Amino acid sequence: MNKRVMELKSVEVWDGNMANSQAFRQADVDVVAAYPITPSTATVENYAMFHANGYIDGEVMMTESEHAAMSACVGAGAAGGRVATATSSQGLALMIEVLYQASGMRIPVVLCLVNRALAAPLNVNGDHSDLYLTRDSGWISIDAFNPQQAYDMTLMSFKISEHPDVRLPVISNQDGFMTSHTAQNVTPLKDDVACKFVGDYLQVNALLNFDKPVTHGVQTEQDWHFEHKAKQHAALMGSKKVILETFAQFKELTGREYKLVESYNLENADVAIVCLGTTFETAMLAIDQLKAEGINAAVVAPRVFRPFPLEEVAEALQGLKAVACMDRSAPGGTVGALFNEVSGALINTSARPLMSNLIYGLGGRDMTVAILKDIFRTLDKEARDGKLSGKIQRFVGVRGPELSFYETQGM
Amino acid sequence: MSTLVNTQKEIKNLKTFSTAAERFEGSHLLCPGCAHSIIVREVLNATNDNLVVSASTGCLEVCTAIYPHTSWDCSWIHIGFENSSTAMAGVETMNKALRNKGRISADTPQPKFVTFGGDGSTYDIGFQWISGCFERGHDFMYVCLDNEVYANTGGQRSSSTPIGSSTTTAPAGSHSYGEKRQKKDIVSIMAAHGAPYVAQVAPNKWKDMVKKIQRGFDTHGPVFINAMSACTTEWKFAPNQTIEVSDLAVDSLVFPLYEIIDGRELNITYRPKNVIPVRDYLGAQPRFKHLFKPEYEYLIEEWQKRIDERWVFLQKREEIRM
Repeated sequence: MNKRVMELKSVEVWDGNMANSQAFRQADVDVVAAYPITPSTATVENYAMFHANGYIDGEVMMTESEHAAMSACVGAGAAGGRVATATSSQGLALMIEVLYQASGMRIPVVLCLVNRALAAPLNVNGDHSDLYLTRDSGWISIDAFNPQQAYDMTLMSFKISEHPDVRLPVISNQDGFMTSHTAQNVTPLKDDVACKFVGDYLQVNALLNFDKPVTHGVQTEQDWHFEHKAKQHAALMGSKKVILETFAQFKELTGREYKLVESYNLENADVAIVCLGTTFETAMLAIDQLKAEGINAAVVAPRVFRPFPLEEVAEALQGLKAVACMDRSAPGGTVGALFNEVSGALINTSARPLMSNLIYGLGGRDMTVAILKDIFRTLDKEARDGKLSGKIQRFVGVRGPELSFYETQGM
Repeated sequence: MSTLVNTQKEIKNLKTFSTAAERFEGSHLLCPGCAHSIIVREVLNATNDNLVVSASTGCLEVCTAIYPHTSWDCSWIHIGFENSSTAMAGVETMNKALRNKGRISADTPQPKFVTFGGDGSTYDIGFQWISGCFERGHDFMYVCLDNEVYANTGGQRSSSTPIGSSTTTAPAGSHSYGEKRQKKDIVSIMAAHGAPYVAQVAPNKWKDMVKKIQRGFDTHGPVFINAMSACTTEWKFAPNQTIEVSDLAVDSLVFPLYEIIDGRELNITYRPKNVIPVRDYLGAQPRFKHLFKPEYEYLIEEWQKRIDERWVFLQKREEIRM
């Protein structure tokens, strides 16, 4: 069957969902199995429309739940072809069982996760609780801060996931609504260039290869389970090399450069925040405006959340005096995940900055330039005072009395 | 609508059938006397075509695919307890996509897609996934290995457990006769999906079963087979009595053998020459032994009445052809 060619302009106006859909189309995905959920619905709707209009010769499988969508992705991937899906929030929560199965079975899948809060209370807006829910699932997890990056990350996800040295599923994250529903200029690759960049799908142990029958999804007990999971972790850690290679190839093709850890104004900075998602770009504005006040601030964000770039985070934060790790997820009785991991990255280094943990933006609460400027001013004061100005964990932008936890010790 | 795509395997007699080339190997950990292995062999031996098999978590899966061993000499996949149907739907959809794209050439024979799940996977936890697959019309055969209990985990009730059976989560005791609810009618439910072919089979009636399996393989679209799987461990009969107990099940009409085509046309495929009392079927299985106390005798009488009524119903359904 011949599929129609889609004429793209050199610059398109796409929101994050359309960026995902176009990356799926250009990657020539064989099976997309999905169940719609706000705010990732349009990723699937756009793709279904491409299919309806003849731009796709792969299959679109609209399942009865997200759990089934991921189950179908694993089956279709094991069969021997390229697969993708998209979801958010509760949908991710429902498919979480199969996320662990996909990675444990070493099935390449690309999941566009449009980040949204987890109920209860029910909330459709962007925060990172679903992203955090995938932390230990064994998936590679990459984060986009805007629609252009969503397109780039989703396209690269296929190449990374299917690399013979990786063979692990990949999550391409973006912020719900703030990225997924905000149309911006996106410079796409031409179809043939994008397709060539992703490359042909390389079958490994395909169920549809009847010359070599394979058993997928075995049981391993105490005699083999540990070795299996250890190898899986080693593959995930090893994917860093392939991610860096893919970023380098992509830069050569497009001029767009990506790093394991992104930063802005780090060279001059005394203080920094560490964050994920759209907060990165808002912080860039705050940082520029604060220069007039003599505050030298930076923003640092892991582009790759898994495998966690521990060494690169530690390196980025050397020489800083105060760092606030900003977690956009209810921490559930401990410090936020970013604070935990960034602190872990710094604990064996000589220069340990003052570390605070800011919980913010839950359920889509805005993180504005004004609030970020206040955060940087506080960090600047902490840097000058040589101590935290309050408890380690503080809730930012929440109504009601001040909410903070964990006293500093011996400071 | 049925279309013949591949040449059907000719099966002459039980000897040639039972000694056919095995894609389910004899080395596995299923209990001696387990009907699962008999059913699986009867299904797999009914075709020479390439096969992709999926299995739900359950007895069959944990006994046949423990790393580094496998009992399967065919493409095989297990993901979880509830999603073996959808795993196969994914495989079937990928097959379609790769053929659309010419990456599998058009002259490559179509493989068969078969999914096995226990009654736990089928009647209970995986029901939504199966229903979704049947509604979407995937071209595959789902075989339920129905032993009326969660046997893999030690004999807990399922919604296939019949009334009066003693299970670990609905045990018979001084104040209870065990399971209080009647078995779910999964065959009617699957037929109500409008599936092109739905049938109930029993491995002891192997000719009837193979005929249905071959019809299923020749059917385009989703096929549901409910296979009675007598469970020596949880029904508590001796391992060498599997076929005898299975005979009692079909000859008492507790497990009537029939098929439903396109959700409408019902055919009874086995009529016992001598219908035996339900009491004889129940009496052969210690899971029902408490029912023979005087205070629970009424349950056996009620059961017999239900079976009689059901048989009349099936015959009427067959007669009216709709």
